[in-house]
Order: sequence, then structure tokens, then C-alpha cells
Amino acid sequence: MSTRRINWYKYAAPANFYPLAGKMIPFFTVVTVLLFIIGLYVGFFVAPTDFQQGESYRIIFIHVPAAWMGMFLYVLMAVYAGLGWAFNARLGSMMATAISTTGAIFTFISLVTGSLWGRPAWGVYWVWDARMTSTLILMFLYIGFISLQASIDDSRRADRAGAVLALVGLINVPIIYFSVQWWNTLHQGATFTARSFKMAPSMLSAMLILMAACWMYSIAVVLARVRCIIREREREAPWLAEAVA
Amino acid sequence: MFGWVSWRDLILAWRHRADVLATLFFFIIVTSLFPLGIGPEPQTLQTIAPGVVWVAALLASMLSLGRIFGNDYQDGTLEQLLLTPQPAYLIVLAKVLAHWLVSEVPLVIIAPVLGLQFGLSENTLLIVVVSLLLGTPVLSLIGAIGAALTLGLRAANVLVALLVLPLYIPVLIFGTGAIQATVNGTGTKPWLLLLGAILVLAFVFAPWATSAALKISVE
Repeated sequence: MSTRRINWYKYAAPANFYPLAGKMIPFFTVVTVLLFIIGLYVGFFVAPTDFQQGESYRIIFIHVPAAWMGMFLYVLMAVYAGLGWAFNARLGSMMATAISTTGAIFTFISLVTGSLWGRPAWGVYWVWDARMTSTLILMFLYIGFISLQASIDDSRRADRAGAVLALVGLINVPIIYFSVQWWNTLHQGATFTARSFKMAPSMLSAMLILMAACWMYSIAVVLARVRCIIREREREAPWLAEAVA
Repeated sequence: MFGWVSWRDLILAWRHRADVLATLFFFIIVTSLFPLGIGPEPQTLQTIAPGVVWVAALLASMLSLGRIFGNDYQDGTLEQLLLTPQPAYLIVLAKVLAHWLVSEVPLVIIAPVLGLQFGLSENTLLIVVVSLLLGTPVLSLIGAIGAALTLGLRAANVLVALLVLPLYIPVLIFGTGAIQATVNGTGTKPWLLLLGAILVLAFVFAPWATSAALKISVE
């Protein structure tokens, strides 16, 4: 059995990653568009109307994927930032910076769609439900990360300071989540259960397809963004002049 | 070394007494504004008292975060301290201890008096003090991370609020939870135990993160 060894470190260098990302972006963009078309078709035309909530439940198809991405991207961002800090890998830190914006956007989308869904389902735009509150706090954590990095001019210091903040936030996320949950039971504010309806298979598949679409979208956008960051930071490097020319 | 760093910070704080008092008066003024804004009904005031006292304590302790490392950073003392063979963890812990003694303990002492303004009973006031005693060290410990990260930045004061306030949320929830549990007559103990658990966690991890942040900022 022969094992071909792939040199993973090769693509840790921005000079090698830049063209690779450029080749990957069109693929992920096409997949994103296809998955969104299929997922939205299934979601709007195939999935049946919910007998309790009517048509308004269809917000779930964008709300749940966005909420998942918002949470998952935070973890991914912290991991990349930690890798960049621990191994002094510039690309890791650049990835973290690129992910932060996408994660914040997804968290924002999940908050907005959540409150738009809350109006028909619960009668109010906002309840201090444990999930919504912790998503709001997640949004604050993203804002903290982005504004810390934005206010440091030296990019090396910005990378590392962001890494410390992201990792501290990562340790705090479960603590915040449980504290908010207990706080909610203490106040007995929202006794609504949004997940009370059973999902038809077509509903579930629409949600999963759109989940995959959001994934592909995130990859495409993060790669495009990281290319911008590479161009900005490595503008003095000779390889970049060749790659762009 | 540990004692020396704390003692030095305490002396420095004593020489700038006005700064310390300003934080304390901020705390008093903010808590007194709430009855003026909401109305003097005793029932309402008792309900909001735990939240008001804790939120005001959060904001007041945040105001003084810049002083933990700020002056030492500007005159170069901080760099020299980090160059000493002593572990940065202990130096951070000493400075956090001094910050807690200077900026938080006065709040804890004055809090029962403010609680009287809100018509809290003696029993409740005791829990206010205990919960603040357990919670305020966490505020100093976590706040030090934010203070270290924003050293020497433009608009560091506003930035520190953005970074630190979301991390304060569990302390706020458990602290007010303990007080509300006394008001409602349900068990206070679990809330205080949770606060204690957070204190232990913060005690172990926060100075470590702070010293990492200091090394990044001083470099």
C-alpha cells in the first residue's frame, strides 16, 4: 500500500493559497446557486403547508440554517484564530478575520428572520426566549471581535488580540448559554415551543438542502474575502504582482 | 513580588483618591436615577432593585478598567514588570486584586445603603452583599482581559465596553438571580454556588488570558 503524501503546509502560505482559492471560488459559487434554487423550490412548492402555522412556518428554511451557521462559524473562527496565533500562521488569522464578517451576517439574519417569524407564531416580534437571547449575545461577541480588529492598525497585533478574544469567547459561549437558559426558566417568560410541529420529510429535506447551500455560500464568500485580505496585506510581496498580472 | 505589585497599585490609587471616589459616586448616581425615571412605587422598586444594583456595578467597574494597566503601560513600568523572572500570571493577579480592592469593594460596602432606597429587607441586603462579594472579583478578572487587549488603542474605553460586557452576562444573571430568589423566598444557595463556580473558573483562566493579551499589546 503506497501512501501519497500531500504537503498540507504548502497551502498555509498565502502565496500558494491565493491561486488555489481563486480556482475554488467558481466551483463553490455554482454549487451555492444550484443548492439555493433546489432548496427554495422544495421549500416553497413541495413542502406542505403546516396545519398549525400556515405558510409562515416557511421562514424556518432560512432561519434555522442561518442560526446554525452563525453558531458554527464562531467556533470555526476561534479555531482558525487560535491556529494562526499558536503556529504563527498568517493565513489562519486571515481566515478568522474573513469568517467573522460572514458569521456576524448569518447571526444577524437569524435574529431578523426569527423575530419576523415570532410575529405570526407568537404574536410578538421579540420574546426573551433562551435561544433568541443567546443568539443576541453571540451577535455582541462577533461585534466585539470585529471592532477590536478594526481598531488595531498593526495587523500582527490585531490577529493575536482577536485570537485571545475569540478563544475567551469560545470558553464563555457554553456558560452564557446555560446561564441564559436558567435565567429564562427563573422568569418563566416564554413558554412557547417553536418546535412543537412534526416535520414532513420534504420539509426536512428542504431545510437540509438550504443548510448545505449556506455552507457552500460561506465557503465561497470566505475564500473571496480572504483573497482580498491577502492582497491587502501582502501588497509589497513580489509574488502578488506576478499573480495579479 | 505579588504583594509588592498590589501594594504599589494601592498606594498609587490612594494618591489619586478622586478617581476612585468618582467611580463610587457614579455607582450611587446611576442607581438613584432609576427611581426617578421609573417612579417611587415600592412594589416596582423592589422588583427592579437587583437588576439596577448589578447593572450599575457592572458599568461602574467597567469605568475603572483602563486604570489597571493604562498608566503602567504609558510610563513603561508594565514592560519592565513583564521582563522580570516572575510569572506574568502572578503579576496580573496582583494588579487585579488591587483593582478589586480599590474599585469594587467600595461598591460592595455602599450597596446595602442603596438597597435601602429600593425598600429591600435586611435579609435581602445580606444576599446583595454576598452576591456582590462573589461576583465583583469576576468582573475585575474578566475586565482585565479587555483592558489588556485594548492597551494604547484609540477609543479604548468604548471598545472595552463592547468586548467585556457580553462576557459579564453570566455574572449578572446569577447575581441578580440570587437576590431575586431571596425576594421570592426560593433557594438562594444554587445561585451563589454558581457564582462561586464562575469565580473559580475565572480565577484560573482569566489571568492567563490577560497575561497573553499583555504580551501581545506590549510587544
